[in-house]
Amino acid sequence: MDLTLKIWRQASAGEKGKLVDYQVQNISSEASFLEMLDVLNERLVREGEDPVAFDHDCREGICGACSLYINGRPHGPDKGITTCQLHMRRFKDGETIVIEPWRAKPFPVIKDLMVDRSAFDEIIQAGGYVSINTGGVPDANAIPIPKRDADTAMDAAACIGCGACVAACKNASAMLFVSAKVSQFAVLPQGKIEARERVQNMVAKMDELGFGNCTNTYACEAECPKEISVSHIARMNREYLSAKLVSQIE
Amino acid sequence: MVKLDAKIPQGPLAEKWTNYKAHQNLVNPSNKRRLDIIVVGTGLAGASAAASFGEMGFNVKVFGIHDSPRRAHSIAAQGGINAAKNYPNDGDSVYRLFYDTIKGGDYRAREANVYRLAEVSNNIIDQCVAQGVPFAREYGGLLDNRSFGGAQVSRTFYARGQTGQQLLLGAYSALSKEIKKGSVKMFTRREMLELVVIEGRARGIIVRDLITGKIERHSAHAVVLATGGYGNVFFLSTNAMASNGSAAWKVYKKGAFFGNPSFTQIHPTCIPVHGDYQSKLTLMSESLRNDGRIWVPKHKEDAEKIRKGELKPTQIPEDRRDYYLERRYPAFGNLVPRDVASRAAKERCDAGYGIGSTGLAVYLDFEDAIKRLGKHVIEARYGNLFQMYEKIVDENPYETPMMIYPAVHYTMGGIWVDYELQTTIPGLFAAGEANFSDHGANRLGASALMQGLSDGYFVLPYTIQNYLADQIRVPRFETNLPEFEEAEKAAKERIEKLLAINGTETVDTFHRRLGLIMWDLVGMSRKKEDLEKAITMIQELRKEFWKNVKVPGKNEMVNPELEKAIRVADYLELGELMARDALVREESCGGHFREEYQTEDGEALRDDKNFTYVSAWEYTGEDKEPKLNKEPLVFEFIEVKQRNYK
Ligand SMILES: Cc1cc2nc3c(=O)[nH]c(=O)nc-3n(C[C@H](O)[C@H](O)[C@H](O)COP(=O)(O)OP(=O)(O)OC[C@H]3O[C@@H](n4cnc5c(N)ncnc54)[C@H](O)[C@@H]3O)c2cc1C
Ligand code: FES
Repeated sequence: MDLTLKIWRQASAGEKGKLVDYQVQNISSEASFLEMLDVLNERLVREGEDPVAFDHDCREGICGACSLYINGRPHGPDKGITTCQLHMRRFKDGETIVIEPWRAKPFPVIKDLMVDRSAFDEIIQAGGYVSINTGGVPDANAIPIPKRDADTAMDAAACIGCGACVAACKNASAMLFVSAKVSQFAVLPQGKIEARERVQNMVAKMDELGFGNCTNTYACEAECPKEISVSHIARMNREYLSAKLVSQIE
Repeated sequence: MVKLDAKIPQGPLAEKWTNYKAHQNLVNPSNKRRLDIIVVGTGLAGASAAASFGEMGFNVKVFGIHDSPRRAHSIAAQGGINAAKNYPNDGDSVYRLFYDTIKGGDYRAREANVYRLAEVSNNIIDQCVAQGVPFAREYGGLLDNRSFGGAQVSRTFYARGQTGQQLLLGAYSALSKEIKKGSVKMFTRREMLELVVIEGRARGIIVRDLITGKIERHSAHAVVLATGGYGNVFFLSTNAMASNGSAAWKVYKKGAFFGNPSFTQIHPTCIPVHGDYQSKLTLMSESLRNDGRIWVPKHKEDAEKIRKGELKPTQIPEDRRDYYLERRYPAFGNLVPRDVASRAAKERCDAGYGIGSTGLAVYLDFEDAIKRLGKHVIEARYGNLFQMYEKIVDENPYETPMMIYPAVHYTMGGIWVDYELQTTIPGLFAAGEANFSDHGANRLGASALMQGLSDGYFVLPYTIQNYLADQIRVPRFETNLPEFEEAEKAAKERIEKLLAINGTETVDTFHRRLGLIMWDLVGMSRKKEDLEKAITMIQELRKEFWKNVKVPGKNEMVNPELEKAIRVADYLELGELMARDALVREESCGGHFREEYQTEDGEALRDDKNFTYVSAWEYTGEDKEPKLNKEPLVFEFIEVKQRNYK
């Protein structure tokens, strides 16, 4: 198939960017979206032009590196998948596709379609862990956990940290990302001990880094490639309120 | 020949590690603060090591090419992690896990290392659960296990089809905790280009900042390489795009020996290749073989019609199907080890029975399992894998059998290390897939995750102290020493050279061509003439690369083409070493199958008398033949047998 691509080009963080038109021909409908961009890049290199920079690695929907805003939607038109899992059969011959980077203040553009998502690492560093050291832990089966809770924890832990939730949100809120981590630990006995500090520290860090507020539009859930539920946001809000209350009483 | 000392501790097998720990040297807490450790890599091995070192009080600097430590390739592991817990009470034990691993590796791994691996496997599960890793559980609240990759016991722990992700996120959380505490400093988007060796010891690295192109120098008292495997030498593999062998190759060229470079694992169940634009291959978890049955048509004319699209697999009746694994290996059937399953698929396809448009595919069929267990059970077990398959192939595997074909997946070979995971360069350690490891000539499913975490959480934290104990009086190293100057100069010159060529072919073109040579001649089955041919072809391709590659842009920018060029230049050397290693190993063992050495019915034929050794290659200079050193493998505790899955 032949396509017109409108791709965001920006040489570096400091410079201005713009949409540039490219034509690609003879793309197989079996190819993945990123393979289509590979074909374009290979041509650009041959022609002595600067290839388009984008983040990617596993190409199977798990590392969370790929992050394209395709025709106005994070990870493109399909539900429940990442950009790298999107295939060209989803598009029509002759179509025009607009490709942009994640747009959110806390995710500055590095080059073209690559953005800096280190803010997510900082949020995890603020408390997204159980403070235990290697060794000296009890036998794994000494901590029985109801299957239902383990499954809920896994649902939350499935987050790949891609940032689509932030890119989808008009407020650039990171609530879905943060709540997924808080929620995973909130339902597990291992996480209960530090639950109060964790939720407060992670939320404070999120605010400090400039992520916006949640106004319950649920665009995050709709665009999440792992279909993480907004019920985790509700759980985090409960955790946060009770943590606040307890610290006020103390 | 250098005499390689594996430093295996004395005593009975089951007591070696305990003895080692009881007698090793330790570093006291106040001295730990004065010692710096560099860890390269944040996969399971690197992240777990770095976090543990930080907890112990060392100063740690950790590097990775990704934008976040959480994106290391380990994240993609699907199936599970082994441990000898024996929770299901089905007869497992440390000894059995050890024995299965040695046997699965076709008796080409070190007894003492493998025993230690089995021994600490249980600690790994405890550690991960304490971190909050949400492993699958039963209704009673205890951990669930499944059988994996042909094991006769259920010893595999898993977190849906995302075990690697959950284990890595566990290690990443431990790392994040230490970063917050200040004991670990993380350097993201940094690629190691050179190792710095001072007076014979590893003392630092040179890295490139992948955003600015700035070349940086970092010093330390010891360096740990945890940079993963080199399967991408084949261009198409199940590895992530940025997985590479460059760091390992750089230390090889600085004097670290390379162990068993030709030992590559070809995984039997991957989605077949479908076009020349293809960038990578996707693994379909081995767990599928627990319920799926593998077959091809019994008659060539059926296979031909399928290839032409005139016949559908569902139209082929039972008696016209050849369940070749069940036929050849009645005892293990579809659950034979990976190397055996892969070769059998290739054998059928080469003989003209392959399916799919290319004829390079076989069926993995769930019809019987769905009839027996119901669709909902299959969906609960493999739902996410079926969905992934459908997304890629656009066919519904509940209704029509999956098409699969073997693909490069893992490298058992790697940097040679002794029992302490130290390389032949003092102060340089290698962990995870980057070392030549405990898997011999073939790795069992769910054992790479186990090994990475064993190395990082439970082995290196001990053994590195034994090295650092006599380093406490060594002051921190300045990075303006001549050794740093020189290493940086070498790295810069190489980059400048690559950018100056300005030829006509892209990096990927060369990589693809190398991949084809490797796959055809150094792949699933190898023979003398082919390997000799491969060596010449790779040498020629390498020359052409240095004359005609086109790397656009400059160093001082985000330049993925330059990153790839640096890696492919190394693959063009590493590929040759792999072929050399395969050539001198005149036997078939595990994933290494030499056509000249097979039994009458086509099974691998080992030569224990002449080849019970680890090949440890030594670099001798640019375009010079490398030197082969041998570490004899001594089996004191188990009887070496012919593997038999019939
Ligand atoms: C699709 C797939 C599924 C798998 N499933 C399983 C499974 O179910 N069970 C199992 O046991 N095993 C499985 N494996 C194998 C297993 O995942 C890997 O062997 C293991 O995760 C490797 O871990 P590692 O820490 O050694 O390296 P990696 O996770 O590959 O990490 C390498 C690290 O090194 C860094 N790095 C690399 N080069 C450089 C450089 N030059 N400079 C700086 N940093 C560098 C990277 O950024 C990264 O952080 C699977 C593998 C694949 C491909
Ligand atoms: S490249 Fe890893 S999720 Fe897309």
